[in-house]
Amino acid sequence: MKQLLILSGKGGTGKTTLASAFIKMAQAKVYADCDVDAPNLHLALKHLSQPKRNDFYGMPKAEINPTLCAKCDRCIENCRFDAISVDDDGYHVDPFACEGCGVCEIVCPVRAISLKLHIAGELMLYHEDVVFSTAQLKMGSGTSGMLVTEVKKQMKSVDVGADLAIIDGSPGIGCPVIASISGVDMVLIVAEPSVSGISDMERIIKTAQTFHTKTVVCVNKYDTNLKKTEAIIEYCKEYNIPYMGNIPYDENAVKTINQGLTIADVFCDAGFAAQVVFNNTMKELKL
Amino acid sequence: MKLAVLSGKGGTGKTLVSVNLAAVAKNSVYVDCDVEEPNGHLFFKPTEIETETVAIKIPVVDEDLCLGCRKCVDFCKFNALAAIVNKLLVFDDICHSCGGCIMLCPSNALTEKDKVIGEIKTGISEEVKVISGILNTGEVSGIPIIKELLKKTAAEKRLTLIDCPPGSACIVMESIRDADYCILVAEPTIFGRHNLALVYELVKLFNKPHGVVINKCMPGENLIETFCIENKINVLSKIPFESELGAINSDGEIAVKSEKYYGLFSELLQAVVKEVEHETVTHS
Amino acid sequence: MKIAIPADEKNLAGEVCMSFGRAPYFYIYETITKMGDFIENEAASSPGGAGIKAAQIVVDNHADILITPRCGENAAEVFKATELQIYKSKNGSISDNLDAYHNDKLSKLENFHAGFHGVTGN
Repeated sequence: MKQLLILSGKGGTGKTTLASAFIKMAQAKVYADCDVDAPNLHLALKHLSQPKRNDFYGMPKAEINPTLCAKCDRCIENCRFDAISVDDDGYHVDPFACEGCGVCEIVCPVRAISLKLHIAGELMLYHEDVVFSTAQLKMGSGTSGMLVTEVKKQMKSVDVGADLAIIDGSPGIGCPVIASISGVDMVLIVAEPSVSGISDMERIIKTAQTFHTKTVVCVNKYDTNLKKTEAIIEYCKEYNIPYMGNIPYDENAVKTINQGLTIADVFCDAGFAAQVVFNNTMKELKL
Repeated sequence: MKLAVLSGKGGTGKTLVSVNLAAVAKNSVYVDCDVEEPNGHLFFKPTEIETETVAIKIPVVDEDLCLGCRKCVDFCKFNALAAIVNKLLVFDDICHSCGGCIMLCPSNALTEKDKVIGEIKTGISEEVKVISGILNTGEVSGIPIIKELLKKTAAEKRLTLIDCPPGSACIVMESIRDADYCILVAEPTIFGRHNLALVYELVKLFNKPHGVVINKCMPGENLIETFCIENKINVLSKIPFESELGAINSDGEIAVKSEKYYGLFSELLQAVVKEVEHETVTHS
Repeated sequence: MKIAIPADEKNLAGEVCMSFGRAPYFYIYETITKMGDFIENEAASSPGGAGIKAAQIVVDNHADILITPRCGENAAEVFKATELQIYKSKNGSISDNLDAYHNDKLSKLENFHAGFHGVTGN
């Protein structure tokens, strides 16, 4: 099964809009949403059944047993993350600041502190005639590459004999993106023609290249800035990055998404252009 | 007064709002806490730039002193250390610099050294002081840079706009910790509503006064407006979807330099300032 | 000589696990006695740095050869400090890969992918 990952550097470029359209065009049987911070793909594609839900555990967090605590302040003094504070009610661990390093546990003279399992998010697997794997991090939990890895693992856990999997990636260039890229066959970058869009695209291309993963580019809302679109095409030429095509800005795209449909479901300019990008991408992927 | 600008996801216009509020306020400070993708400087094009590096402490081993006891390896929750054939390996990129290994080493074989993870650039753009945090690619966490950014602006008396990282992760919490008010930017789509709901939970948890700016508004029903009415959230401004504004923004220009948008952002600023003053009165 | 192979299940007919660091088990095979054991990979459940810990486990079990489909930079860094040799696995079961190794059908693994760190911030 070949895996196509759709990335954008930053959110808001239309990555999910395009991913949902690709899933419809390919009639993909297997897909995943790796944007575990703010997953949106489930909003664009209707699933009738309820998903199977599983808790996801992140780094364990420190917990102070108030009856054992000797109020010596050693934990506060040694915590590099300023995660422990004291007030009239006693000593508290801020679970959002605690990184689970365990230093407080070793400096505590009375063993009042221990690391406890901490639920950092939830994995969801829809298994109907299609397999859709997604997850949601709990608020304040750090962006987790491991959860992304779990989403991909969950996606592959049910074999439906598909030859293509489409993965909606995470934004940024950090650890979750790296976890999304790992093991995929090709990355499609959805770039936006703006100074920020180009800067984000360059950073994400660099990241993908360190994995020796084949990378291709398309531009969304290309007509909002033709000069910047030209600049992206030039950049791709210069660095030998296959260019998959342009998608215009289309008011219908927003309306379509708000109705819970994809741009592949209706007749609209963005949908037609996306079909061209899709065809080119499949050619590059040799499918 | 410190105003944090956040959004559930990138690309909603968070930078547009914070850059233009800082520009319209004049005599203000703009702090880019979106250290993974800092874009504010592309608009301000600041000059007189001063650069300082941000470093974290990571362990360094003196092999002559190492006894091979593995206490550090067994302790490290991040697996940043490995003991192989009488050799202790330290993985800098994995290390969270908690200092635990150094505390546990019985033979003082571990000490700390600085490792640069990014930098802070401070510059001037007309009357705005522009401070950007930049995380080096491949680094694990931008939080140390954000902490440093907030330390720099803690005593700031001028109006300070904090451009937060997208999402609702711990890195965002760090960015809004000192804020007097949170401006939530959202787009009127079903994605935007879902993402706003996430970041709305965050500001409620931190008990921060907040209001919403709806970006890219089009005629007709507005999903975000409906969400705000249902949840009794104040809508501060509705920025229309206009190709002119889109073009200015994608060219990396500041919108308030055009008279048309000056009014929009100056009204927004007044609305926010009024809100904050109201908060101060009701809470004191 | 000892050979280590990441395994999805405790079964020689099972596939080689696609991930090194997060493989649930390692099969450790002794070429002289022709005996092998499945050991648990404690690193599999680590939120971060799984590759490093997994490499530590493989080294601690005195493996001389590792047969794996992929290996991260950090684990490779650990192995560099040892004499261990890494071979790229072929599609097929653990037994198939042991046979392939004995018949000189496996090539050295030369590409190491960049590490992903599992956890950022907290």
